[in-house]
Amino acid sequence: MSLEGRSVAAAASLPMRRFDAVIVGAGGAGMRASLQLAEAGLSVAVLSKVFPTRSHTVAAQGGIGASLGNMSEDHWLWHMYDTVKGSDWLGDQDAIEYMCRQAPRVVYELEHFGMPFDRNADGTIYQRPFGGHSANFGDKPVQRACAAADRTGHAMLHTLYQRNVRARTQFFVEWMALDLVRNADGEVLGVVAYEMETGDVWILQSKVTVLATGGAGRIFAASTNAFINTGDGLGMVARAGIPLEDMEFWQFHPTGVAGAGVLITEGVRGEGGILLNANGERFMERYAPNLKDLASRDVVSRSMDQEIKEGRGVGEHKDHLLLKLDHLGPEVIMKRLPSIREIAIKFANVDPIREPIPVVPTIHYQMGGIPTNIHGQVVVPRDGHHNTPVPGLYAVGECACVSVHGANRLGTNSLLDLLVFGHSAGGHIVAQNYPAQAHRDLPRDAGDAPRARLARLDAATSGESVPEIANTLRKVMQSHCGVFRNQELLAEGVSKVMAIAEQVAHTAIKDKSKVFNTARVEALELDNLIETAKATVVSAEARHESRGAQARSDYPERNDADWLKHTLWYRDGNRLDYKPVNLKPISVDSFPPKARTY
Amino acid sequence: MKFRIYRYDPEKDAKPYYQDYDVALAPTDRMLLDALMRLKAQDDSLAFRRSCREGVCGSDAMNINGKNGLACITNLKDVKEPVELRPLPGLPVVRDLIVDMSPFFKQYHSIKPYLVNDTPPPEKERLQSPEDREELNGLYECILCACCTTACPSFWWNPDKFVGPAGLLNAYRFIADSRDQDLEARLDNLDDPYRLFRCYTIMNCTDVCPKGLNPALAIGKIKGLMVKRAV
Repeated sequence: MSLEGRSVAAAASLPMRRFDAVIVGAGGAGMRASLQLAEAGLSVAVLSKVFPTRSHTVAAQGGIGASLGNMSEDHWLWHMYDTVKGSDWLGDQDAIEYMCRQAPRVVYELEHFGMPFDRNADGTIYQRPFGGHSANFGDKPVQRACAAADRTGHAMLHTLYQRNVRARTQFFVEWMALDLVRNADGEVLGVVAYEMETGDVWILQSKVTVLATGGAGRIFAASTNAFINTGDGLGMVARAGIPLEDMEFWQFHPTGVAGAGVLITEGVRGEGGILLNANGERFMERYAPNLKDLASRDVVSRSMDQEIKEGRGVGEHKDHLLLKLDHLGPEVIMKRLPSIREIAIKFANVDPIREPIPVVPTIHYQMGGIPTNIHGQVVVPRDGHHNTPVPGLYAVGECACVSVHGANRLGTNSLLDLLVFGHSAGGHIVAQNYPAQAHRDLPRDAGDAPRARLARLDAATSGESVPEIANTLRKVMQSHCGVFRNQELLAEGVSKVMAIAEQVAHTAIKDKSKVFNTARVEALELDNLIETAKATVVSAEARHESRGAQARSDYPERNDADWLKHTLWYRDGNRLDYKPVNLKPISVDSFPPKARTY
Repeated sequence: MKFRIYRYDPEKDAKPYYQDYDVALAPTDRMLLDALMRLKAQDDSLAFRRSCREGVCGSDAMNINGKNGLACITNLKDVKEPVELRPLPGLPVVRDLIVDMSPFFKQYHSIKPYLVNDTPPPEKERLQSPEDREELNGLYECILCACCTTACPSFWWNPDKFVGPAGLLNAYRFIADSRDQDLEARLDNLDDPYRLFRCYTIMNCTDVCPKGLNPALAIGKIKGLMVKRAV
């Protein structure tokens, strides 16, 4: 590391570096934003716990939703309708309109960057069908998912990294952000960060901070998520007194490999794969007569759970279902779904060219997160306004809640979300002309809180085991906050999670080395997992309705009169607040709530 | 299950050593990474990288019983006991199974790993025929895990001068892209006794690639282009 610009913050006595912008996270959203800032000449530091191409965007498979209309007629308004309906009307329609209108532009741009999309005979980008994607407002399926085989996320993440190499973006690889630095006026002035290789703690001072830390699917036992998805940005904002929005809404992906949790893309069903129960019945025909296996994810996951509950599950314990794709033929499987075949062979011992894949609904995506507006600015209720920006703080990607996904995300809208809002945040930041502004003074106590956490860990000679507590937390979340929820389960879940939170404060690690101490990193991650879990279970208990991914057997219906509103959870005292859903799009007529059938 | 693992913490160890472990596995433990996670719950000082646990992020590359591979997609049934785990060869060890990847990424960055096309882009996508797109198969899937490069004796000898199989595979990924306009400069950049021509077709790269890619073939194609432009 260069010593240039290095100084010591007198108040905090931590080594310090200064940048115009600090971005935390180098997945799709972080790197789309950083690209814009680096190209505009801002000094920008991108922190990542892993080398950028190892971020979890890499595991996305199916595609990026955009109404290019390469396969048949399509329109952004149809995409918008599908997204609003998919969200079970909890999505904000201004943000959804913005995203769907921007979609073709960001996909073309990615292609210009070098993204190796699959192609049609006429040379245009190949698009495949996906769950909940329809033409003409639910009329019939449409091919909208822009795909690079079943490795779309991998191709996209590498392309964005490559473009950032070209723009000479400065990455801080294997650095973990611990906490925000905020002054008494609530302005965010940078982050306190931990360099894994040396164990050093730094203050990275900035004029603007962007959180792009991804999801926190690791709060559940059965998850498609990578080990790194521990909700670091969520923990950071919660500790800084900023609320988390709609955290009760977690997407179960219908097809995780049974037992292993590894994702099998919806693109399998997009290409013609079907789900079967123990009787060999294509049961989705009963639950969603129109779109069948390509209904929205929450609908398919609930239907699968119902089949298993009613005894039509497959296997020794009748605990999973089958995804059949052998009828697609080896050619389609090898060309469009090569990685799926590899995963099935490695993790399920089956070759899908001949046999079906055992699958089960598996935690996949966090619809809620840090509340933002369409510019990526983090917003909080203040002085009677619902959405007042927090000065100096942005959030983009899965850690953010704009909200475009509402109560249930449409497949392929996650990669789209990263591109659109990474781009819009980047543009908004560039327009603020930060290089011309001075850094603000750091508060005297900058860095004290995270340093106290580290000091406690270093001093603790005995205490709770980090992996054991994390595993207990995941089990509790899985059994008390799963596909079907009710008051008794959730109330018990809240008290169990709060008890675990107590234990989290008393962990100990044996390894005290400064050098690449992964035990210390896991302990620090646990501080973020627990905040995410608290937000989730407390928000879920309070919402007395079923909407999208929140399915309550004691409140089986959607209740627009009382619950067409966003939850805001505050760490302080588990306080809940609510704010209205924005049903008013930017330029078109609103899609008013109606019954949701597929 | 028995393991023999390379240990080194520069803060307390004068030199590396091997530590023997015996760990009780659960019936659901399928891959080497599952066993490593169990070991780490026993001994939290054991350091290794991991993330996606499905063979696509490239974090947990290591030397497994003498051969480079990814722990998360190495089935426990396929490894002989005691399983000997070492850091990837040819790179400086930071700690235990964690190596300093900078020499590897320096070489990757040296090949201009991004599309070069200076013509103003059209309003929509640049067109590419399915046949031209097919040329990228077997190339774009690289996960930068470094299994290939750190299995290559030419890289061990000249890590600062030889680009190595992963870097060269990626160089060819852009050479082969019908949308890229930088062919001559890309070849110039590699036309060097070390950068490209230190490849002696030992084929370790292709043998170890956990994604089934063939860097040796890509390198052969670059050499072919060099010859073609020389005559």
